[in-house]
Amino acid sequence: MRSNSNSKNTNASLNARIQKKLLGGECDFTLDVEFNASPGFTILFGPSGSGKTTLLDCVAGLTVPQGRIGVGERILFDSRTKTDVPVRLRSIGYVLQDLALFPHLTVEQNVEYGLAHLPRRERKDRSLARLREFRIDHLREQRPSQISGGERQRVALARSLVTNPCVLLLDEPLSALDAVTKAKIIDDLRRWNSDHQVPILYVTHSREEVIALGERVLVLENGRIIAHGVPHEVLTAPLQESIAELAGFENIFEASVWLVHEDRGTMTCRLPPKEAGSFVLLETPLIRAETGTLLRVGIRAGDILLAISKPEGLSARNVLPGRIISVERRDVVVFATVDCGVEMQVQMTLAARDELKLKEGQQVWLVIKTYSCHLMRK
Amino acid sequence: MTINWQAFWLTVELAVVVSAILLVVGLPLGYWIAFSRRRWKFLVEAVVALPIVLPPTVLGFYVLVALGSRSPVGRWWQSLTGHTLAFTFTGLVIGSILYSLPFAVQPFAASFSAVDRKLLATSALLGASPLRTFFRVVLPLSVSGVVTGFALTFAHTMGEFGVVLMVGGNIPGITRTVSIDIYDQVEAANYASANAMALLLLIFSLAVLTVVYGLNRRKLNQRFMTASTVK
Repeated sequence: MRSNSNSKNTNASLNARIQKKLLGGECDFTLDVEFNASPGFTILFGPSGSGKTTLLDCVAGLTVPQGRIGVGERILFDSRTKTDVPVRLRSIGYVLQDLALFPHLTVEQNVEYGLAHLPRRERKDRSLARLREFRIDHLREQRPSQISGGERQRVALARSLVTNPCVLLLDEPLSALDAVTKAKIIDDLRRWNSDHQVPILYVTHSREEVIALGERVLVLENGRIIAHGVPHEVLTAPLQESIAELAGFENIFEASVWLVHEDRGTMTCRLPPKEAGSFVLLETPLIRAETGTLLRVGIRAGDILLAISKPEGLSARNVLPGRIISVERRDVVVFATVDCGVEMQVQMTLAARDELKLKEGQQVWLVIKTYSCHLMRK
Repeated sequence: MTINWQAFWLTVELAVVVSAILLVVGLPLGYWIAFSRRRWKFLVEAVVALPIVLPPTVLGFYVLVALGSRSPVGRWWQSLTGHTLAFTFTGLVIGSILYSLPFAVQPFAASFSAVDRKLLATSALLGASPLRTFFRVVLPLSVSGVVTGFALTFAHTMGEFGVVLMVGGNIPGITRTVSIDIYDQVEAANYASANAMALLLLIFSLAVLTVVYGLNRRKLNQRFMTASTVK
C-alpha cells in the first residue's frame, strides 16, 4: 500500500467514488458521486445545498464518507480496506470558503505555516516567491485584519499553494470579490497551474465564473452529478434554481420558449406564455429546451436601462417600448415601474431620475441585454 | 499588631507552586475536555467540577485519608521518604491542586473550545501535527483563557482554608498559611493582628487579579478586532 508515501504525484489525476449521508435537519441528504478529475480546473457547479462543500471535505479528509478516494496510484481513503490517510499527510491544498487565515499571524507567517519542515532560509525564499507571484509581498508584515478582502483571498491561496499540494480544492474562493479582482486572481491561478499540473476542484454557484474559467464542469444537484462537460454544453441545460437564488431578481416572469436560434446561441421567449392578448418577446441565452417549454425569466432591476427616446444602434437585443406607471424612491435609489406589456421594475440613481424628469404616463424604452435574462425551469 | 510574614510568604509559595503545576496538568486536561469525542467525557467533566460544590473539609478529609499511612499511596510514599505526606508542604500542594483544579481546567477548556474549528482543520491541511496545531494556533488564540485560569488558581489557592486545615494542620513555616494564621489570631482574640493579615491578603489578591484582568482586557480587545474583520 502506498497510502503513506510522501511522494507527491504531480500530474496524477484525482479519482473518487464518494457516498456520504448527512443526517439531521428536516431532510436527510445523501451525497453520491463518482468522478475523475485530471490536472487542471474542474469546476463543481450547483446551487447551495447541492453537496459541493461536503464533497471537498470528503476529499480533504475532514469528513469520513463511504467509498474510495485516490490521487493517481496513491490511495487516500478506502472504506473497504479501512484506509484513511490523516488530513495532514494527504498533501491536499484546501482554501475554505471563509479562508480561515490565522488571525494572530502575519501574512508572511500564514504563508510559511505549511513549510515548518524546511530550513528557515528555504522557507523564506519559497514564501517570498509565492507572495511576489500573487503581488502581496508588500503586505508581509500585516495581519489578516489589516488587509482587503481580495488580498486575504490571495494570502489564503498563496498559503495553500506554497506547499505544492498534489490536489487543490477551492470552495467559492472568489465569491466575495468584484469582477476585476476576480479576473486577476483567476489569471494568477492559471499561471500557477501551468507550472504545477495538479487537479483543481473549483466550487462555484456563479455561471459567470464557470464561463470565465471555461474548463470541465461537473454539475451537482441534490448530492448527484447531473451533467458534466464543457461549460457551453452543460450550462445550456436548464437548472433547477432554488428560491434563494431567485431572491436577487426584482423581475420574475412566467414565459414560454417561442423560437430557438441554435446557431446564434440564443432564443426568443414569450412573456407571458400562451395567454391571449398582448405579449412581449425577449431574446435570452440558449438553454436546452424545446419550443413551448414553460420557463421563468429573472431580470435584475439594475440590469435594465431606461431611455426617454427610442434608442438606436445598440448592441443590446431587447428594446421594449412602454409607459411609466410609477416612480418611487427607496433610500438612495429610484425604482420606476414600467408597463411594456408586462410590468417591469427598473432601478436608477437619483441623479438619473432628476435629469430625465420622469413622470407617470411618460413613454419610455427599456433596454435589456440578452445575458441579463436569467432562465429557470418552472 | 504583627504581620506574620512567614505565613504570608509560605502562602505565596504554595500559590505559585500550585498554579505552575496546574498550568502543566490543566492544559492537556483542558485540551482533552475541549476536543475529545469520547462518550464518557461528561464523567471527567463532572469529576473536574466536583471541588466547586464540595465543602473543602470533605475534600480535605479524603485527601488526608489518601495521604495517611493507612492508604497504599501513603504507605508507598512513607517507604520512599520515611515520613507521611499528611501535615507536610508537599501534602498541602497535592490537596490544593485537587481543590483548585476546576478553576484552571474550566477556563482553559472553554477558551480552547472557542477557537474556530476551521483554523484547526486548516492547520492540519497544511501538514501540522496536533501538537504543533496546539502550540501555534490553539494556545495563542486562547491566551486570555489561560491567563484567567492561572490567575483564578493563584488567587483561589492564596485564600484557601478548609483543605489546608485538614491536610496541613497548623505548623509554622511548613503549613501555616495566611488564612490559618488569621483564624489563629481571632481564636486568640488578637483582632489587630488578624485585621492586618486579612487586609494584607485582601490587598494582595485584589492587586494580582487587577493586573491580570487589566492585561487580559487588552489582549481580548486585540483578538476581537481581528476576529470580527476576518469574518
